[in-house]
Amino acid sequence: MTEPVTMVDTPIRLDYSYTPGVASSRFLRSLERGEIVGQRCPRCHKVYVPPRGACSMCGVATEEELTLTGKGTVTTFCITNVPSPGLVPPYVTAWIRLDGADITSMFLVQECEPADVRLGMRVEPVWVEESEREANMGNIRYFRPTGEPDASYDDYKDYI
Amino acid sequence: MIPDVLVADHAIEYTYTRSTGPVIGAFLTGLRDKQIRGIRGVDGRVLVPPAEYDPVTSADLTELGDVADVGVVKTWSWNETPLAGQPLDRPFAWALIQLDGADTGMLAAVDAGSPAGMRTGLRVKAQWADERVGSIRDLVCFVPEGDA
Repeated sequence: MTEPVTMVDTPIRLDYSYTPGVASSRFLRSLERGEIVGQRCPRCHKVYVPPRGACSMCGVATEEELTLTGKGTVTTFCITNVPSPGLVPPYVTAWIRLDGADITSMFLVQECEPADVRLGMRVEPVWVEESEREANMGNIRYFRPTGEPDASYDDYKDYI
Repeated sequence: MIPDVLVADHAIEYTYTRSTGPVIGAFLTGLRDKQIRGIRGVDGRVLVPPAEYDPVTSADLTELGDVADVGVVKTWSWNETPLAGQPLDRPFAWALIQLDGADTGMLAAVDAGSPAGMRTGLRVKAQWADERVGSIRDLVCFVPEGDA
């Protein structure tokens, strides 16, 4: 090796401990059971998924829990054509309003052509095998179309 | 009842690949050959590690030259609990070391065992990695000259 050095790798790394808090821990535990649990605000009655333990609009603690079916509606989506680790383009990322929830969550949409994904499309989660479930978001691999008729525009127009 | 609160280890990591430029490139190329290089400043001082621009006048500097891999501790601080990624995984000293032939101190680790093994004025010698790739890590640390 006699060539002069012209390039150098400079690693940067930060190790840290993350705790999601009480409410989100309960949510992640529900995923471990194959359920999706949200919390309802006692004042405005909006349902948060994932719950953070308080309503961000009213500033009050949320305690009432409810289990959602997991089905939801695509309210916004993006087709990505550049590769990401573990993902083969083109792939679809969508904001999904879960039935009964008042906020949207971002998930992959698969098992259909990207060109077929549309606002109002009804979708359901595909879970990892029960024996492989852990208390994290990786339990939901992606969402796939349910085949149900599209939701009406009024159902999701406030979430686009 | 103690609530069930999850905790997980997370890491953020991003490795930059950056160009060295001619001066730092020459320094790193030297380290690969167990050679420490400095550069002459406008006032005649030899700066180690080499600077691309004069610290006083900002003029371009180009006069590279070799210095010894032995030198003297000018000042130091003991690191009792090394962090991941630091030069040594056992307690060591961070020191400014003025190598023979240099006019400035270079920051490096000194493997001195305990604070009792460190003092300003201590003569130290470079310890080199067996496999050198042209990185600052090629110079593992310094040790007291008597230990080398």
